[in-house]
Amino acid sequence: MRICVAAILLLLINPVFAQFEATSVDYENQIITIALTQEPPQLNGMKATDQVSILVLSHVMEGLVRYDRRGRIIPGVAERWEMDENGATFWLREDALWSDGQPVTAHDFVFAWRHTLKPATASEYAFILYPIKNAEAINTGQVAADQLGVVAVDDRTLNVTFERPTAYFIKLTAFVTYFPVREDFHSAKGEAYGSDPDDLLYNGPFRMTEWTHSASLKMMKNQNYWDRDAITLNAIHADYITADTRARLNLFIDGKIVHTRLDGETYKDALTQRFRIRRFNTGSVFFLEYNHRSERATSNLNLRKAIQHAFDPDEMVNRVLATPGNLRGESLFPVWLNGVNDKFRREYPAPQATYDIALAKEYLAKAKSELGSIPPLVLLVSDSPTAAKQAEYLQGVMGSKLGLEIKIDIQTFKQRLAKMTAGDFDIVGAGWGPDFDDIMTFGDLFASWNLNNRGRYDNPEYDRLVRVAMNNTDPKIRMDAMSELQQILFDDAVILPQYEQGVIYLLHPRVKGVVRRVVGADPDFTYASVAP
Amino acid sequence: MSLFQPELSDFERATVQSDIEQISRPSLSYWQDAWVRLKKNTRALVSLGIIILLAIFTLIGPLVWRVDPALQDLNQVSQAPSWPKPAIVVEPYESWDGIRLDDYAGPENYPDTLPAPENFRTVGEATTQRVRLTWDQVPDADGYNIYRNNRLPQDFNDLGLPLGSTYGDELSYEDRLSLEAREYYYAVVPTDGIDEFENYTLLQVSPKLALTLDEALARNLVDVQDNVRPGDEITIEFHPLGTDYLGRDMLARLMEGARVSLFIGIVAPLLYVMVGIMYGGFAGYFGGRLDAVLMRFADFVVALPFLLFMILFKIAFGIGPGESGIFPMLIALVLLGWPATARLVRGQVLQIREQGYIEAARLLGAKDHYLIMRHIIPNTMGVILVTLTFAVPAAIFTEAFLSFIGMGVAPPTPSWGSMCNEGVKTMLSHPHELIFPALFISVTVLAFNLLGDGLTEALDSRMRSRD
Amino acid sequence: MLMYTIKRLIAGVITVWFIATATFIAMHQVPGDPLMNDKAVTAEIRANLEKKYGLDKPVTHQYFIFLGNMLKGDFGISFTQQNRRVNDIIQDHFPVSATLGILAILFASMGGILWGALTAIYRNRMPDIIIMFLVILGISVPSFVFAALGQLLLVNINSMLGQSVIPVAGWGTIWHMLMPALVLGLGTMAFLTRLMRSSMLEVVNEDYIKTARAKGLSPTRIFFRHQLRNAILPVVTVLGPQIAVITTGGFVVELVFAIPGLGRYFVQAVQQLDYTVIMGTTVFYGAFLVLMVIIVDILYGFIDPRVRLA
Repeated sequence: MRICVAAILLLLINPVFAQFEATSVDYENQIITIALTQEPPQLNGMKATDQVSILVLSHVMEGLVRYDRRGRIIPGVAERWEMDENGATFWLREDALWSDGQPVTAHDFVFAWRHTLKPATASEYAFILYPIKNAEAINTGQVAADQLGVVAVDDRTLNVTFERPTAYFIKLTAFVTYFPVREDFHSAKGEAYGSDPDDLLYNGPFRMTEWTHSASLKMMKNQNYWDRDAITLNAIHADYITADTRARLNLFIDGKIVHTRLDGETYKDALTQRFRIRRFNTGSVFFLEYNHRSERATSNLNLRKAIQHAFDPDEMVNRVLATPGNLRGESLFPVWLNGVNDKFRREYPAPQATYDIALAKEYLAKAKSELGSIPPLVLLVSDSPTAAKQAEYLQGVMGSKLGLEIKIDIQTFKQRLAKMTAGDFDIVGAGWGPDFDDIMTFGDLFASWNLNNRGRYDNPEYDRLVRVAMNNTDPKIRMDAMSELQQILFDDAVILPQYEQGVIYLLHPRVKGVVRRVVGADPDFTYASVAP
Repeated sequence: MSLFQPELSDFERATVQSDIEQISRPSLSYWQDAWVRLKKNTRALVSLGIIILLAIFTLIGPLVWRVDPALQDLNQVSQAPSWPKPAIVVEPYESWDGIRLDDYAGPENYPDTLPAPENFRTVGEATTQRVRLTWDQVPDADGYNIYRNNRLPQDFNDLGLPLGSTYGDELSYEDRLSLEAREYYYAVVPTDGIDEFENYTLLQVSPKLALTLDEALARNLVDVQDNVRPGDEITIEFHPLGTDYLGRDMLARLMEGARVSLFIGIVAPLLYVMVGIMYGGFAGYFGGRLDAVLMRFADFVVALPFLLFMILFKIAFGIGPGESGIFPMLIALVLLGWPATARLVRGQVLQIREQGYIEAARLLGAKDHYLIMRHIIPNTMGVILVTLTFAVPAAIFTEAFLSFIGMGVAPPTPSWGSMCNEGVKTMLSHPHELIFPALFISVTVLAFNLLGDGLTEALDSRMRSRD
Repeated sequence: MLMYTIKRLIAGVITVWFIATATFIAMHQVPGDPLMNDKAVTAEIRANLEKKYGLDKPVTHQYFIFLGNMLKGDFGISFTQQNRRVNDIIQDHFPVSATLGILAILFASMGGILWGALTAIYRNRMPDIIIMFLVILGISVPSFVFAALGQLLLVNINSMLGQSVIPVAGWGTIWHMLMPALVLGLGTMAFLTRLMRSSMLEVVNEDYIKTARAKGLSPTRIFFRHQLRNAILPVVTVLGPQIAVITTGGFVVELVFAIPGLGRYFVQAVQQLDYTVIMGTTVFYGAFLVLMVIIVDILYGFIDPRVRLA
């Protein structure tokens, strides 16, 4: 009995035994096994919004263009294109085939884009098609879908007319919402489109062969793919679906999967096991959003300035979040965004708020005199553990350094959304991930017409600068406008940037060629291979 | 042979002894007998002792250990219990521009391999505030990656945590990521901007525990008149049970958490067990239609989705953000917790009411409520006490879960259950954050368990007749 | 007996109807709705969505539509997974949870009855103290700790053996089920141990046991024929509904062991306010629970013939 207990205790202390042969990689057959973080809710590319669905869709389907290993745009279904201020033309390749052998035609794109914009489809990402002429009008129900500024000149030529000059349009077409859908197949499937492997047509490097809901998903190399010679892997098996990071780490240690993300706790185990830890910037920015409605205390500029100078972003990143890879929050625009010739933040450095308690207190005194008294501020956060931790930290800092009382309002997902929409908060913990590879994906967040601007920040100058960047194609003009925007965000303390998200992860050493992306499929196994 | 013929003189008048029927000890009722037994029972006494200790801990503890449970100290995050530590005082942190090359031009082509950087060294003193590193340029490198490990790396795959990357013209890195006063091994690797070259240089650094002067003054570790200068040594706060994930003192948090947890953990179960007893008792005793309706209502309550109704309660009770909704939570717990006890008690009652002595008592003229209170309920004590014992930790953890979703105590108020929830995340690396609250919960449960055992032995008729 | 069962089934149906109605009302009272998401949509799209899903009708109207559909056995399509019908979700995932749940209950009841009996028979001696200590530890620690530790144990065992012998997560073979079922059943096992102990203690000192012993019956025979049967009623009372609870409540275990069960849907549906899934799973769970309670009540009559229910 006692020996039994001792043995169990011994086994629980995490020993490092010899790492054994992993079953997650198969060199002869070129198969890898991965885990998904959740069941993909939506494999209809016209409606997909979440990371997992985008991951799967980006492997099994392809748009006009795609990204290469270094993040540059290369031809996809389109073998060449031309673009100017008014529109773009794409010439599709001959050998782009669907998985049933039929060619991918320009009509498939026309159908997909029109269908996505139809109000009845209710696609959340419809806005990404707005650069196309009449797209927004169709989406708001003003004109019919066939008025969309896209025409299939013939089976292999696609003509797009812009609503306004859009410099980054080519990059947009790499996104899932722009993927083609064949009309006859879609009509035949109706509501069942995208619900099982047989209910989708594939034109990408892989095709889905099996899907056991909530359990596993298998993809095999698509022999009809035009670039099949560049694809080394024969199959990707997503044999596990769980959101628990520790469970995925255990699967990795057990040799069952080739990739897993680490969080603040599991990375210590990974260190003990002597695994190679890699780092990657997801490109998302997290910040505190203030409520700018006039009846709220947070609409007072001095109050926001006070908070700005009492917040130490280094401490947040290094001691509260305490995982490597996170960068301090300095601006709404993350470091990976491209500027004119170099990264945006290198060409236009973000203004730095000095961490100065005395100055913060001065601002606070001014705010008090303007407002009369400052009521306790309500900080609305989600019920995730990291959000709660960050909120507690802020409450502690603001309380002890400024004497500002903050109440934490924890709400589950939908209740939090309801409150955000209703404006029932003073400060809300928010984040934004990029949808496409251009500065505009962050730029228009706080324009007064943007529904995602939950704090209702309204600044005509801000709006004007957004329009300048939207309507111009000259990079210098656009970036200058965005730089001024960055300054406004700082001077007006519109938000309080917290951090730019970085993640650390493990990858099986024999799997090569995995690409991490900020936009699109992440991780991207398209060009991966198993080394001997 | 003559018969004995009694005569009057053979008899003496008997004296009235009014004390013949004196009972050797006072007559005891059921409850008085139980009380006597309880006092003699070792288990009950031990549990009583534990309860008294817990009460002292909760009520008197904060007066003795005067530390603010909400005070965050991010220099001492997740520290294990230890003795008071010395720290040196340093200048306030100033951001570092680093070391950059002025005229840097990127490499013309991407080489196949690059050597490891040379002269990898620290700049200034290495403290837990920051460690500044620099190295010599590697020609043709377009960037560098910095790693940190807690022990000596054995090969390229074992370099540890990837701290960050620099561009080709940046030859320095400042590490501030949760530094502790221990040995670290840094490694620097040249890259071509995206991919690494498999050569690295190591550097061993042991930062010293440091505190800025302003911090020390703000936290009353030193006074202005002590004239402390950077470089002096001071002793920082002592945390006998360690600190949590934001550097708050565990002991103070346990004391404050005790109030909420013990209150909820004792009052809620008592309430809903009492409701359950009465409900189940009546249902089981009267049987038939009444039983059917009452039990179906109990089933109804159990089948309702817990989370949904908790959210509803939270809104119905109008708990504002950041307010501690203890009473609404208590009501919610009771409202959704009583069916289990009710069902168990009802089952027991169904069995007991068929016993002979019930019939006998009824024939003697006992009324229903007398039978229930005096005969049936005491015989269900076994089951009741078991439910009570299990209800205590269940209530504590349900409270933790509710605080998680925003009902119950609002941060920063701790409770043992929510401390357990937080502690689970760092279970393997900082076990003390989980062990201490779990220990306290265990002790509380143990106390009630022993009390339950003692009460059973004292109250349960079938066991009494043996002693 | 038959009349009794029929009456109970009818009452069960009424109970389930009450459950559905209360949940429906609660669901619509809570702020938020299944259509809200991180990325805000335009008013037109929102109006279209509401029309498509019938959420633009007044709540009472929606309720009757739901009721009508429920009687036909159709719970609609999930809001979050728009490709799946709720009926399919339940059909696909319930057997997994049921298998896991039954296995867990098996472990829990075998363990509970065994340990409970041991503590009663060896009262106040070593086995009693050790087992009670473990029971207290078991209930004072949150359940996800055991799930995490259980998985860690498997990883280390595999590591020691040099090969992945026991799967640490996933679903498919009996080996995948053992550890999750054990972890899932631990709480119930602890409760049953304690319950069994207290029932047994009451029984162990009864006269008929003394008689049986005096008659020379072996301890095993006494245990199984006399003690167990008289003490097991509370255990059965708990087990019945507990099967339903464990089968649908294995959220943490399913998460940690990557098991495609129904438990995850219960929790996520409420978080996402997925109306159709909430209603479908609640009605299903309610019906299951009511059924288990009916079975338990009928079993009462078999276990203890003295009990009369009607």
